[in-house]
Amino acid sequence: MPHPGRDRALLWTLRLFAVSSVAIVLLVVAFVSGESAPALAEVGPVRFFSDPSWHPASGFFNMVPMLAGTVLVSAGALLLAAPLGVLSAIFLQFYAPPALRSYWRNLIGLLAGIPSVVYGFWGLVSLVPLINRLHPPGQSLLAGILVLALMVLPTIALLSDAALESVPAHYLRSAAALGLSRWGTVSGVVLPAARGGILTGVALAAARAVGETMAVLMVCGNVVRMPEGLFDPVRTLTANIALEMAYAGSAHRSALFVSGLALLAIVALGAGFSEAARRKVVANG
Amino acid sequence: MKRVFLAIGMLALGACRSKDPASGSSGPEAERKLVLTGSSTIAPLASEIAKRFEAKHPGVRVDIQTGGSARGISDALAGLADIGMASRELNPDEAANGLTAIPIAKDGIGLIVHRDNALLGLTRQQLVSVYTGQVTNWRQVGGKDARLTVVNKAEGRATLELFLHFTGLKSTDIQASVVIGDNAQGIKTVAGNPDAIGYVSIGTAEHDASLGTPIRLISVDGVAASLATVGDGTFPMSRALNLVVKGQPNGLARDFIEYSRSAEVHDLVKAEFFVPLGPTGT
Repeated sequence: MPHPGRDRALLWTLRLFAVSSVAIVLLVVAFVSGESAPALAEVGPVRFFSDPSWHPASGFFNMVPMLAGTVLVSAGALLLAAPLGVLSAIFLQFYAPPALRSYWRNLIGLLAGIPSVVYGFWGLVSLVPLINRLHPPGQSLLAGILVLALMVLPTIALLSDAALESVPAHYLRSAAALGLSRWGTVSGVVLPAARGGILTGVALAAARAVGETMAVLMVCGNVVRMPEGLFDPVRTLTANIALEMAYAGSAHRSALFVSGLALLAIVALGAGFSEAARRKVVANG
Repeated sequence: MKRVFLAIGMLALGACRSKDPASGSSGPEAERKLVLTGSSTIAPLASEIAKRFEAKHPGVRVDIQTGGSARGISDALAGLADIGMASRELNPDEAANGLTAIPIAKDGIGLIVHRDNALLGLTRQQLVSVYTGQVTNWRQVGGKDARLTVVNKAEGRATLELFLHFTGLKSTDIQASVVIGDNAQGIKTVAGNPDAIGYVSIGTAEHDASLGTPIRLISVDGVAASLATVGDGTFPMSRALNLVVKGQPNGLARDFIEYSRSAEVHDLVKAEFFVPLGPTGT
């Protein structure tokens, strides 16, 4: 220990930063709860689920269609993006010609770097008119799922790639020694060993999907109604806040913070589930 | 080393300090400040006028914040802003609380359809049927055989309030296929959908259509939607863009309002696609 003083300074600095990053989360939760308290007290938590519709200016506050919208759009996007992302990572690690690898990786990195409003704009001017020809109005659950899938795909692909990369080399050598085929190695050895990392990628993608605002606002139609099919418009909780916050009076504003609180709850639940799943997978693996 | 961390900490603290609330024009400092809050429709015009006003009055700073007409009115009432911006008339309650609305320009809200839609116009009654879902096909209102896409504005927008006022509908009556936020999103939605109908600010729609965006303004109750018909008062869906003050304006606020109503800013009003006030100030 040549410099105990410096070590102590470093230790306390790290502690300070660790505490403050947790404190930020807690402050956000406290702030959102505080802001939504008037609506929760005045309207009551039950009416956010039982009112006939969402018309805050007329005193109706049913959030259920928007909860469903958020969950459906995100789940649909993950259902599309997860297999694609994992397959892309497998291709990259085990099948792609070495010359192609770095280009492929950079392209996916580029996909991750495109701002969400650009995806939304593309969705609105290209994808929505296409869907409209199939089934009007075009702004729909389907459009939201497709745009979001494209947006979260790079997260899943890059993190799965990293997870596959970190599978110990002696696993691969052992598989080769056993005479396993390439696909046999991938499906029987590599994927089970990398499950934890892949799940982390999917969880991060899920968080991004739930929180995405601009792109879904532009392509989903934003009608507060329970969707009956893929071609029906939906409104997500994030789009609801973005659409109405700037124009909301006090009671309405507080009701929007309740949708923020619901959003936090969904993210927390999702994080909890994925952590539990990851632990189980790692324990079994 | 420690000093560096201290500096970082100070910076973080500084960033956390919230901005000063709108402090009004009563400050004793040399710099006089005027705070305007409210309608996002008026804000771009107000900030252009403010730039010119500041250039003519050294030492004056005009601070403009958006947040919708409702905020403008409540801020003016609570004294949080010197002047509120409201793109609608005051309702009787607000007027009874001692607020005065002073128009600085006019804006019309027009119905837009895709350029390929041959429909010429709708009556008020047809408009009501379209927006309440009683009519779902263009054929029923004299158009082609195609399913209607009804584009509505999000709750709380002044445009929606004017539309509801004109049609006599409540927001719970409307059955929309798409809900949008601002005018630009509405125009893009209609431009991308040959069977859509929506309503947006006429000036913005005229400007975008002249630049080649495939949209068309249609007539309402037989009156063509244009800045001209808004200007002469014949177009039914029009609104005054108001500056709202508590009581009678005085001092700096009065100067600013008078300047905003003067012919000196008519070019700015036209550049923002609104209609200047007539010579009588109405």
